[in-house]
This record gives sequence, structure tokens and C-alpha cells, in this order.
Amino acid sequence: MFLIHCPYCGEREQSEFKAGGEAHIVRPKQPTELSDDQWAEYLFMRKNIKGVQFERWVHTHGCRKWFNMVRDTSNDEIKAIYKMGEKPPTKYK
Amino acid sequence: MTNNLRVKSSKFIDETYKISFKFNNKTYYGYKGDTLASALLANNIHLVGRSFKYHRPRGIMTAGSEEPNAIVQLHKNTSRTEPNVRATEVEIYEGLEASSQNCWPSVNFDLGGINNFLSPVLPAGFYYKTFMWPASFWGKYEYFIRKSAGLGKSPTEPDPDIYEHKYIHCDVLVIGAGISGIIAAKTSAKNGFKTLLIDEKPHLGGSTIYQNSDHFKINNQISSSWLEKEINEIKKIDNLKIKTRTSVAAFHGYNFLLARENLTDHLPLHQRDEKVRHRLLKIRTKKVICATGSLERPLVFNNNDRPGILLSSAIEKYSNLFGVACGQKNVLFTNNDSAYETAISLFQKGINIEAIIDNRENVDSKLVKEIEKNNIKIYKGYTVVNTFGYKRINKISIMQLSKDGQKVVGSKISIDCDCLGMSGGWTPAVHLFTQSGGKLKFRDEDQVFIPDTYPSDQISIGSCNGEFTLDEILSSISKKLKDFLNIKKTEYENLEIQSHFNKTKRNIWLLPSDKIIGKTKPFVDYQNDATAKDIKLALREGFRSIEHVKRYTTTGMGTDQGKLGNMHALGIISETAGSRMGELGTTTFRPPYTPLTFGTIVGRNVGEYFDVSRKTPIHDWHVENKAKFENVGQWKRAWFYPKENEGMHEAVQRESKAARDSAGILDASTLGKIDIQGTDASEFLNRVYTNAWSKLAIGKCRYGLMLNEDGMVYDDGVTTRLDENHYIMTTTTGGAATVLSKLEDYLQTEWPELDVYLTSVTDHYATISVCGPNSKKIISKVIPNLDLSDEKFPHMSFKNTKIDKVTCRVMRISFTGEQSYEINIQANYGKSVWDKCMQAGKEFNITPYGTETMHLLRAEKGFIIVGQDTDATMTPIDLQMDWIVSKKKYDFIGKRSLYRSDTIRDDRKQLIGLVTENPKEVLEEGAQIVLDANKSPVEMLGHVTSSYYSPNLKKSIALGVVKGGKNMMGQKLIIPMENKQINVTVTDPVFLDKENKRLNA
Repeated sequence: MFLIHCPYCGEREQSEFKAGGEAHIVRPKQPTELSDDQWAEYLFMRKNIKGVQFERWVHTHGCRKWFNMVRDTSNDEIKAIYKMGEKPPTKYK
Repeated sequence: MTNNLRVKSSKFIDETYKISFKFNNKTYYGYKGDTLASALLANNIHLVGRSFKYHRPRGIMTAGSEEPNAIVQLHKNTSRTEPNVRATEVEIYEGLEASSQNCWPSVNFDLGGINNFLSPVLPAGFYYKTFMWPASFWGKYEYFIRKSAGLGKSPTEPDPDIYEHKYIHCDVLVIGAGISGIIAAKTSAKNGFKTLLIDEKPHLGGSTIYQNSDHFKINNQISSSWLEKEINEIKKIDNLKIKTRTSVAAFHGYNFLLARENLTDHLPLHQRDEKVRHRLLKIRTKKVICATGSLERPLVFNNNDRPGILLSSAIEKYSNLFGVACGQKNVLFTNNDSAYETAISLFQKGINIEAIIDNRENVDSKLVKEIEKNNIKIYKGYTVVNTFGYKRINKISIMQLSKDGQKVVGSKISIDCDCLGMSGGWTPAVHLFTQSGGKLKFRDEDQVFIPDTYPSDQISIGSCNGEFTLDEILSSISKKLKDFLNIKKTEYENLEIQSHFNKTKRNIWLLPSDKIIGKTKPFVDYQNDATAKDIKLALREGFRSIEHVKRYTTTGMGTDQGKLGNMHALGIISETAGSRMGELGTTTFRPPYTPLTFGTIVGRNVGEYFDVSRKTPIHDWHVENKAKFENVGQWKRAWFYPKENEGMHEAVQRESKAARDSAGILDASTLGKIDIQGTDASEFLNRVYTNAWSKLAIGKCRYGLMLNEDGMVYDDGVTTRLDENHYIMTTTTGGAATVLSKLEDYLQTEWPELDVYLTSVTDHYATISVCGPNSKKIISKVIPNLDLSDEKFPHMSFKNTKIDKVTCRVMRISFTGEQSYEINIQANYGKSVWDKCMQAGKEFNITPYGTETMHLLRAEKGFIIVGQDTDATMTPIDLQMDWIVSKKKYDFIGKRSLYRSDTIRDDRKQLIGLVTENPKEVLEEGAQIVLDANKSPVEMLGHVTSSYYSPNLKKSIALGVVKGGKNMMGQKLIIPMENKQINVTVTDPVFLDKENKRLNA
């Protein structure tokens, strides 16, 4: 079970959090102008990486704030955590 | 033969404290300090069980948690009886009752033993291959297989014991209190680290504590005496906690571990009352030191499973720790020096040793020389080729090994014996290390897997790290601890160590016999009866991956998880397939290390504490008025209120009729309520609901439908505009939490520019809904100052008002199609307002109704219930609710998905109403709907989602989803049931008052 450093509350047990899938997928500003394929790309296509992955997490049983996490899925190492709206750390890209 | 094999007294056994216990209904005696295994051995009992597949007689093999054979059923009573308990771990107590498993009618005469003679036709995968065909026979096969297999019996009554969970936080956790663990714990604690030391045994000191030979000395003291002083010292250290009888079950990531502390299993039953039996420790620690030791390997040779065949180290432990001789004519069989340590122990205690069989040809360590000096015959370069004796070993035959170890040569020699100890070297106990994500490497010179890379702040020390001798352990431990704990020095820097153990070993995974392999039974996994032959067969049949071979042969899949045999299985695979062990890898070690009871896992979360339950402020009233309850999420909701002699049907019919004829009252407090504030609140609602919100006037209510981004209906409810920038949203009872988190998600991540704040206020308000033609009269009595005229307070509007001095919100909204008022008041006034409404409604026969009647009433009006009439594949268009989807709005969640090629198909399942040909016939919810039941295969058009008998319409009504249903009005369809077909007609889903006249009646 992870120990997650919530950027607002500090270190907490994983059971207080929920994972919310891949990070940095921006909702299209003008969905109506997209083709079915383009919309499907946004709606359904997600990466499933063995290695460094960018994820969204929420402190459900805490401050209810969403934040981003860089995690290595091969060994569950949490490399970085940063707030929504902040730029992802470049060294993992 | 004498039946008392107790030898010189041991300081670990209290011979003044005699304990009686029963095994297979016969009474025996042991002493305080005995395990069930040691007490049985002292009574010269080896045969304790039968094997799983062949029902071969099996005896005690080990002295620890790795025991594969001596598993017993404990206790007789139906609530405490426990299967699969290792006799080697049970501490005896007065009144203990144990019995053999997996045998019928008795362990001495077992009918299943016939499988042993059938074994040539019971190869690996036998069950998979044989009982596959014909498929319809499986039911019959299963009955017999289950009866003859099965390990033990489960209790049939509730568990009377208490279990609990406890969190522990520490700096350093040391697992295993052998010599390495003791040194590590003392060093850690003395350097100021908050330290926890855990061991599964009742005493500290591992195997060194009963080491009595002067071949192994530390600072010129026998190793056990030296260690005893260390143990006495650590017991006095303040910041060191010691937990014995505690087994670490799981080592998860981020140094989170689970351990089972056993508190009462060693006590007589009458001393256990009111005490916690097992405690699950949830340990979060900064650092972990694994000192989990190692397990001795058996040797794989023909008939290596008879009662009386034990691990050599177990024989040593029984003699040194328990003062018990495992036999009177002992033979040891080894490929390394360990058996000589055992031999010396036995010799010191005066236990007879007939001979030692050593695979190695050239051996001359000090240990070997001492044995030779005492005239014990050593057969060097020999192997056991067969053993004899059905219920107890009585003879072995041995032959010389060829130079390459693949064959036997020369003539056979027979040796009589009643006990055979085997030692195949040692396997580091790396189970917990690998559970944590650690990677292993293979050390070729002695054929062991040892820890390589650590995934968290941890180290492995001692024999679990492949350091098997005293001098290896003690010469490196100081530096390791200094580096790991980041400290300058330890008190173990300059120990003077004497260790006469020679490390040479002759590793042969499968020892040859004079018979061909097909005629032999060299067991690899004792508990599951998998032999070397089975593994070779699996390879011949094309299995290559170790994980596949494991599942096909069931090697390593017993309750012992192959602690003894897995390495041999790997060795035999690699030899047969010609691959290198290191490349082959191991099977995955999964938690728990040793089995946990279910009680330990659930702790106190049993009975009413199994899950959280939420109750409304009016709950007690419902209980007093004999409501039946249903669970909706975690909520307890009143389901219906049966009067005397009423069943559910009668109660619901009466409640439904009353609500439409006069007045009904519903506790709707469980509805999710989200308070929405901020200057962008209207814009926010515009984006999350399918319909338009910006023009909703203050004081008005509106029904909204919320979609997922994929266009599917997610939730619905009424939202009220309380003020310019203030709304209150209601959600479904079950959806409240997920709706809030979804809305938060969009606010925080997609639209952070919006000025909107969300607060869950579900529990803050009690919600009382009064409906029916007389509802207005009742509310006017409860709130006399409120103008209830249709002009001042029309349908879909709200008023802030007061009941006595308490402010409340009254909404005129309806989920039943009747005129109805919903009072929202601070939760702690809920009960008194409910009473007021009941009092005011008395003259109108106000009738409390539950969720079932609510569902019936809304179905008459064709109102959907999200989650009952919809699943995650229904769009608003599928629900025939096109009217609620704004055409004008540029965007809302899910809009784009409503015209994807898939969502615009005409033949999607669409919501329709169904009426039966026979108006009395009520459909079953979930029943399939077809057009033509005779055409094969029958095409399923859809299914029934809601179905009731309507007392108001005096006929059966149903909602359902049907492919292309929108265009099927008037179509006749069929509901095929088990023994009949029901004819139905597709109708509009609104059955009652299509014109909404009743809302203003």
C-alpha cells in the first residue's frame, strides 16, 4: 500500500485516495467540431505503460483535491506529485 | 518397542507440567513446551495423515511452519473446529483435541489408499484430461471427487472468538528472532530507533538457541549460551518491542506489512473467554530487516515420503529443543555437512545412529571426523534408492552413485531403520522479500536464490540472504547494519568465532534409482502428491513456463505453498529442459506466508459492524411502525410498512392506493443534496446537465439529467435556484458521492476558471415528502402562514419558510405524479416535523409509504430510476427523453457522444412500456423479451426493467428496454418464462395521467 504525499495535506495512506486514470488529457474546447474518430481518441484511448506513467489522483477521504502523480508502474515508485494546472516535471517525459 | 521416546530433559520443556490431549480420540500425554508434533513423536507416533491424491500414509516431516504433511483438524465443536493446522505449530494445552484429515474411515485404514495402487493411471493432469468429457457428466464426477478429496472440515457455526486489527508504526521492523535478528534488533534499538522484533515461534533465538555443540562458539562460549545472554539483554531495552507467536503474512510496497499475532491458541479453552484470539497487525515502518532464516531441503528419491522420514534439521530440533528422539534406529541421508550437526546432537543425547549416507565422496571436515571417531558408519558417495514400510519406514536400500551422479552402480545394501533424516542443503526463506517486489539472483555454486535488488528501504541478513554458517553471518553482520542504519559502530565488530561447518555440497535435484523413473515415486510436493515423474511428464507434453508446470502438476499449490519442494521442481525442470536455473526464475510467492484465519482478516468488522449503515433522522419512527427496510447504498430505507397479516404485496397496494386517493408521506432524507454556490453556478449547471439552466428564475425548480462524457445517463434529480448564485442539487440516493466527486473533478481539472463551490449537505437536512390530493390541506395545517395557492406556489417552485421558529425549505415537486410538497428542514427537527405531518394528516388517512410504493407510483407515471431502468448503455434519446436535451447549448458533458455513429443507431435498446394480455399477470423484472420464440436461435430484443401491479390502473404495468422499441408502439411481443410464454404489447411508458392534471388537482 502506497504512502502518498497529498500536496495539500501531506503524507497519507493510499486507502484515503482514488486513482483517476491518465493525466494531461485535455477535454476538447469545441467537441462539436471533432470527427467521430477524433472524439473517440479523447474519449476512449488511454496509455497503459510499463514504466513511468502520468496519473491523476484524488484525496477522496481527505481534502477532495485532485492532483497529478508520476509513477513507475513496474515497481510502484512514486517519482513526483504536483498540483493540477502545474507543468509536469520534464525529466520523466 | 517402547512408546516413550523422551530423552534427556530439555530446558525448553517443563517435565513437571504434564498435559493430556487427544489425537484421533485416543488420550496421550506431553509436557508444557511441547508442540502437538513433538508430543506425538515422544509417543512414537509418526503416522498423522494421508496424502491428498494417493492417500499415502504420511508422517511429521518438519518442526516448523513449512510442514506439508502433518496437518490436522483441531477441536471437535462445530464453531471452533479448524482444518489444515500444522501439528508442528500447535502448542499443546490441556484438553486439546486433534484428528487426522483426508482419510476415511481412519488414518490407519483409509479407503482412498486404493489411489496409491491406481497411481500408474493417475498422472499429472489426470483430472483435467479425464473428467472433461462428456461435459454433462461433470455434476456426477464432482460429487465423488469432492468427497474423496478435500482437506479438512470448515466450522458450521459462527466463530465465538474475538479478533482485532491494530496499526503499528515503527522505525525498524526486524522479522525473525534468530541470531541475526537478535543482533539486528539490539543494534537498532540501542541506536535510538523505535524497533519491533517479530517471530512466529513462542521463543526467541531461532535454531541457534538449541545449538549445544562446541564446534560452534562465539567469544569462546557455546553459541546458544552467548545468544541467551543477548536475548536477556534485549528484553530490557525500552524502545524495542518484541512479539512472539506472530507471523508476518504479507510484505507490501512502501514497507507496509501485515502480521498475525496469535494470543490465545496455546491456552486451554476455558482460559480464552473474552480474550482476543488473533490480532492483525498493520505495520508501517521506515526500515525492514528480514532475518527470516532458511528452510532445509528434502532430497528427492524413490519413496521419500514414508512416515518416519523427516528433515535432518527437524530431528535435531526435536532432540535438542523438545528432548524427543524421532526414532531408535536413525539413519541420516545428506549431501552436505548439516546432517553431521544433527548426528552430533543425537550422539550427545545418547540416541542411536545406524549410519549416515552421504552423496559426497570426499568429505573430511571436523564434523565428519568426529562422527567417524565415534564409529558411526558413513557411506560416502552413496544414495538411497528405495525405502520400505507402509505406515512407518523400516528399511532402506542404498547404492553407490556414478561419478556424474546420474546413475547408481554396484550392489544394493539394505539398512534397517525406523527413522530417516534427510538434508539437501538449505533454501533461503526469501518469500517476504519477493512479496515486497524484491528481485532474486541465482547463486550457482550452491544452487540457491538470494536477494539481489531491494525495492524499498530494507535488507536481508543471515541465512535468508544465503549466509548459512555462523562465521559467514557474524563476520559480515556488523558492516551491513552500520551501512543500513547509518551508524558508526556496533558491539559485534570483533567477535571471535569458531565454526567447523564445511560448505561443500553435492547437489543432485533428482537422485537416481536402480528402477526406471516410471516405476518410482520421488515426491517433490508432498502435500499435493506431485512427483518428479509428473514434472517430467508436463515437460514432455510441452509445458515450459514454470508457472504452467506448477498449475498442471499442482506442485507448490498446497496449503504449504511448496515451501519444501519448489526448488526441486525448478531444478528438475531446468535439468530436463536444459535451461539454466537463474533464467528459469521462480514461481511468484504470494501472501500470506502462512495461512490466516478469516477471523483475522475481518477483525471486528462482523455482524452489524460489517459495513457502515446510514440512518435517517426519522429512522426510529420507521422501526416503531414496523417498517421493513431495504439497503440503498449504505442507507437503511423504509421499504414498506406492513399492517398485521399483510405481506409486501398487500402493503404496497394499500400504500399506493392511499397516496393517489388521499395522502401519502415518504421519508426522502436519503436523497443526495449538494449545495452549489458561486458567481458561475448557473454556467456550471449548464455544462453538467443536458438542459438549459441560465434562465431558471430564483425560487424555481428544474429536473435535470446528467450524462457521462460517453453520452450515457449517469444521474438525475431536481435542482432548485435558491438565489442568484445559490442552488441546491438533489441526486439519487446511491449516486450522491460519485456525483459530487465527478462534479469536483470537472471543476478542479477542466474548468478551474469557474467560480463555483460544492458542499455535500445530504446529512444536514431531513426531507419529508407529502403527496396526494389532500397534500395541500395537510401542509396548510403544518405551515399555516404559507400561501399554497397555485398562483403563489405553483408546481416546480420553492419557498423559504418557517415551521414554528425553525427555517425550512419547501419544494413543490413530484416524483409520483401527484400534487406533492417536500419539506427540507435541519436534520434534528426531522422527526418532529414528520410527527406534525402525521398529526395533521390523520383526518385524511395520511399513509406512510416506503421505497417500493414510491417505485410503483413513479412507474405508473413512466418516470425512470437511474440504475434500474438504465444501465451504462442508455442515452437520453434511448429513454425517449429527447425533450430534456438542449439543442441550443453549444456544449455539455456527453453532448458530442449523442451523435456518434453508435449512439444514433435506430436499433438501440429503447425504453418502452409493456402491458400484459392478461392484466393480472405481473412480469418478472429482468425477464427477456423476444419477438418470435420459435425461431432458433431466439433473438433477445431486450428485457423488463420495472414491473408492478398497479392498484390505481387495476392492471399489470411494466417498463422495459427493447431494440428499436420507439417504433414498435402496439407491437405484440413475447416474454418466454420457464414453463410458459407471456404475451405483451408495447405501449407508451406513461401509463397514468399523461396530461399531468393531478399535479394541480
